[in-house]
Amino acid sequence: MRREWTVAAITRATLPVLLALTVVEVGSGLVLGSFEATLLRYPSLLVLVPVTIGTAGNLGSILASRLSTAFHLGTLSFDPADDELSGNVVATVTLAVTLFPVVGAGAWLLAVVTGGAALAPETVVAVAALSGASLAVLAVVVTLAATYAAYRFELDPDDVVIPVVTNACDVLGVLVLFGAVELLV
Amino acid sequence: MSVRAVAVDAYREAAPALVASVVGGLFAGAVLGGMRGQLRAVDGLLVLVPALLATRGNVYGAFGARLATGLHQGVVEPRVDTGDRRLRAAVAAAMSNGLLASGFAAVVAYAVLTALGEPVAGLGTLVAIALVAGLLSGLALTGAVVAVVFAGYRRGHNPDTIVGPLVTTTGDVFGLAFLVLAVRVVVGGV
Repeated sequence: MRREWTVAAITRATLPVLLALTVVEVGSGLVLGSFEATLLRYPSLLVLVPVTIGTAGNLGSILASRLSTAFHLGTLSFDPADDELSGNVVATVTLAVTLFPVVGAGAWLLAVVTGGAALAPETVVAVAALSGASLAVLAVVVTLAATYAAYRFELDPDDVVIPVVTNACDVLGVLVLFGAVELLV
Repeated sequence: MSVRAVAVDAYREAAPALVASVVGGLFAGAVLGGMRGQLRAVDGLLVLVPALLATRGNVYGAFGARLATGLHQGVVEPRVDTGDRRLRAAVAAAMSNGLLASGFAAVVAYAVLTALGEPVAGLGTLVAIALVAGLLSGLALTGAVVAVVFAGYRRGHNPDTIVGPLVTTTGDVFGLAFLVLAVRVVVGGV
């Protein structure tokens, strides 16, 4: 596929989606704004924000690109008994469950170093661990739904699934963090 | 392959990139944690943060992917040449789309916060902060993407696998660091 390399052609291809995604992201910003007072009071939670959002998107996009490759190779079927499918799902959840407690500890430590953590380390680790586990499950659901939809509508999952999954997980990351903070802090 | 074998394989393959992005994300978090002064001074700034960070990822991720495809197809040479029409167009499109989306995010955030009756800084202030931050982080990310993708390609790495982790790890750190700077430039020393 030859693409046009002009400013106008690139802008036509990317700007509409970009602006739509921006509106969605402002939505997640509004959720963040709704618990701004809590975030400002506890800096370790503020430290958790970018890493939670980013890692959720990454978990989803890694799963999406692996499923997409398997899909292109013709080795993927949407059957819970499919080894390729369930193996990748298990790996995604395991990655989140093993990584997020460390993320929580890191966030607490960084808050201590950069100006004082007002929360106990176990609270921050618990917030990160709960957010991570819930996000992994949500990332799996969103990725499977988006990949399946791309497959049903005969779209190339590479073009559609990754942007949808990354941005949906960004928003879910903020919502889940909000829920975990409400529950545990 | 059994479920276990697939899972172990997928875990091993994904863990290094994910750990790298977690480290980058924690650094970005440290910057965000350190900008409480700016967040208190400019109402609505926190609402802008996810949109501005996502714009960096969406715009410069796409720019990097385009560059990688261009290298694969042989339509772009792996060296920096300001006379290269295609490279110039791709850079100009990324910069202008990044700026447009940043300014647009500020306008949308301002409009929604005003409609909800929430406290919000002036429209001009928010837009100016978003544009200054977008310009500075755009310049830094363009430089980083071009340099790393070209250098990686010349050393025989697949540019496709470099772009994603590069943009996700550096995008948030650059994005937030330049947001602090932008607030200082627009509002003054906070």
